[in-house]
Amino acid sequence: MKVFYFLFFITLLLSPLLSSNFIFKHAHENLSDYNFFEKPFREHIPKNNVVPYTIASPLFSDYAEKLRFISVPDGSKISFDNENNFIYPINTFLIKTFFYYHDISDINSNRRLIETRILKNTSAGWIALPYIWNEEQTDAVLNLAGGRMRVSWVHYDGNPLEVLYSVPNMNQCKNCHTLNNIQQPIGPKIRNLNLDFIYSDGIQNQLTKWVSISILDSLPKLEILPRTVNYNNEKDGTINERARAWLDINCAHCHSKGRPAETSGLYLNYEEKNETAIGIFKPPIAAGRGSGGLQYNIVPGHPEESILEFRISSTDPGIMMPELNRKLIHKEGVELIQDWIRGMDSQ
Amino acid sequence: MWIITTNDCDMKYFKFLTFFQIFVVFGFAEFERDLQLKLILAEPGDTIKLESGLFPILGTLSMEGKQDIVIKGSGMNGTILSFTNQVEGAQALSITNCNNIILEDFTIQDAKGDAIKCQYVNGLIFRRIKTQWLGGPSTQNGAYGLYPVQCENILIEHCVSIGASDAGIYVGQSNNIVVRYCEAFENVAGIEIENSIKADVYGNNVHDNTGGILVFDLPDLIVKDGRQIRIFDNIVKENNLDNFAPKGNIVGKVPAGTGIMVMATEQVEIFKNTIVNNKTAGTTVVSYFITEEETKDTQYNPYTSAIFIHDNVYKRELQLPTLDHDIGILLFTHFFRNIPDIIYDGMPDPKYFDKNGLIPDSKRLCIKNNYNASYLNLDISINFESWYSPFLAEFNVDEKECDCYQNQLPAVKLPFFY
Repeated sequence: MKVFYFLFFITLLLSPLLSSNFIFKHAHENLSDYNFFEKPFREHIPKNNVVPYTIASPLFSDYAEKLRFISVPDGSKISFDNENNFIYPINTFLIKTFFYYHDISDINSNRRLIETRILKNTSAGWIALPYIWNEEQTDAVLNLAGGRMRVSWVHYDGNPLEVLYSVPNMNQCKNCHTLNNIQQPIGPKIRNLNLDFIYSDGIQNQLTKWVSISILDSLPKLEILPRTVNYNNEKDGTINERARAWLDINCAHCHSKGRPAETSGLYLNYEEKNETAIGIFKPPIAAGRGSGGLQYNIVPGHPEESILEFRISSTDPGIMMPELNRKLIHKEGVELIQDWIRGMDSQ
Repeated sequence: MWIITTNDCDMKYFKFLTFFQIFVVFGFAEFERDLQLKLILAEPGDTIKLESGLFPILGTLSMEGKQDIVIKGSGMNGTILSFTNQVEGAQALSITNCNNIILEDFTIQDAKGDAIKCQYVNGLIFRRIKTQWLGGPSTQNGAYGLYPVQCENILIEHCVSIGASDAGIYVGQSNNIVVRYCEAFENVAGIEIENSIKADVYGNNVHDNTGGILVFDLPDLIVKDGRQIRIFDNIVKENNLDNFAPKGNIVGKVPAGTGIMVMATEQVEIFKNTIVNNKTAGTTVVSYFITEEETKDTQYNPYTSAIFIHDNVYKRELQLPTLDHDIGILLFTHFFRNIPDIIYDGMPDPKYFDKNGLIPDSKRLCIKNNYNASYLNLDISINFESWYSPFLAEFNVDEKECDCYQNQLPAVKLPFFY
């Protein structure tokens, strides 16, 4: 009950601020209006106060590649709360551009920019703004209702692959970017950022860099900070760590406490320790045909009997997980989860 | 169609023309785009009107963080949003994190997942909304028709739900609920109240589902201890449809031919219903143990307590129970075609035992003043081993053990006019 009243109070407080006037007060019509990049904008050469970054284990988005940037207003810094979560200054921007290489295996091949999503921290919380790149690739335009377009490229196997790419609408942004009903960034966490990046002036750990350019409060020694493994790298961490990293970035934005899929009781965040909550011998709650006729979310030793494996291997909108922003199967990710479940002690 | 332009025009780049192309899908119909934009830009007090017509929609429509919004169609049979060709999203309409939302007078057809899902909404009215899967009962249909979860102050009235592969009207992990004057048929469950507190379900016509009205409490969820549910003045008739829920779902364990079923919930009052020709059980009152699932949730209470069944009319023609279910077979072997109307699994909550090993009336199953109701206590604590040798089981069919009275539950009061 208390939780309900608390949520009720928060929504009452925020709702007037989230009116459409509020959107247009904060949103520019064109991406170029924000002045993040040098011309030509498609090159994404960041201006002085815009810093590129990457994260250890990325969300699968139909094999789209991503360019990420952060812009913290001059004279202010990101700080931490007690649990080492970032507290961002007002007017911080997180900028993420989705694109495809013509040939996914060749980073020198031509690239097609699809969309740029902006998260802006305002005095009333984060606001998400989707921009779609024009055909000429000169700029991107605000598109609150999202969009769909066909994209094709040469895939790893040398064959062309096509997808009906979906740009989320503004509401769908929040469907994932939410904690206790308040919009939040997902990727930038200490453990996701704790890795080297190739800057124009050399290679440096991203956290060290952020401290050195005064956009982040000073940190304890890097060695004692947590680090998410890169699930794509077989040499980085155990299979359990890699699988949990994959589940964390692909699922936990909904499947953890305080987030939209908490109603399922399935929690897939990196920190979760309860075996039932992770899905082991856990029956589904409201899966419908998402159960695939299977009894449990995870049956140790048997990926083929596990609902988790079934749903990440599906592209049917009524079955597949995640629900949004995936049209293709993440073959490499599914194989990782299969190996993980297969390797679990079936006793 | 858009084709990438390049500065160089040598042969190498012609390959791009074939492989590397993008075009905006014109199928993102104007109607869908306009409606989605309206849902994003709506201001408090707005009414979003939907004109008459059949509108194909390809992706989830969503509303988020709004208050005082009405979405109004031109009638259940006037405005039809068809999701037959849906390509993305697990719902037809998703409403999250809102206050005071009214949905009226439209139909959602053939959602790929759930038809209308609402989460974190306080003040929610569904009025004259129809959700339907056109192909009839099928495992391929979406799970839920009307699906408020983690909501508060919900009114669902004059709605129709057809063909859901889980529940037509499903209220989960919510608080303060009225479901009235609705019709639900050809669903696995007609109406289901799950892990919820304070619900009045009355005046509904629930027929031809697998199970008519279900009141469940399940483990491993945030909102536990579902309680204070009143089921009254409903017609619960011929819910004999074969169970077509995808396996693994709890509702898949409901025997075909179930009228009203209460599981693991406290304080449920079932009265003045007309319960007709549900072939396996007019009313069942069971603990979570009946599912034969194990749970490690230490805060979960699997028992069913304080159930009061009174003043209902039961009517049942002689017919076989479902033979597609352990309990049905058990009933068949003992009773053949004359199955008792009220079936109890006989698992009282041990925490309510008094010094003499008795359960006080206020925490028991009480059965009073029903018309034509016969009784059966399965006594599964003793007979559990007999499940698979049903001839050995011994049952009590004397309803005197339930001859007691409980205080009636208070009516639900919603904080708005209705």
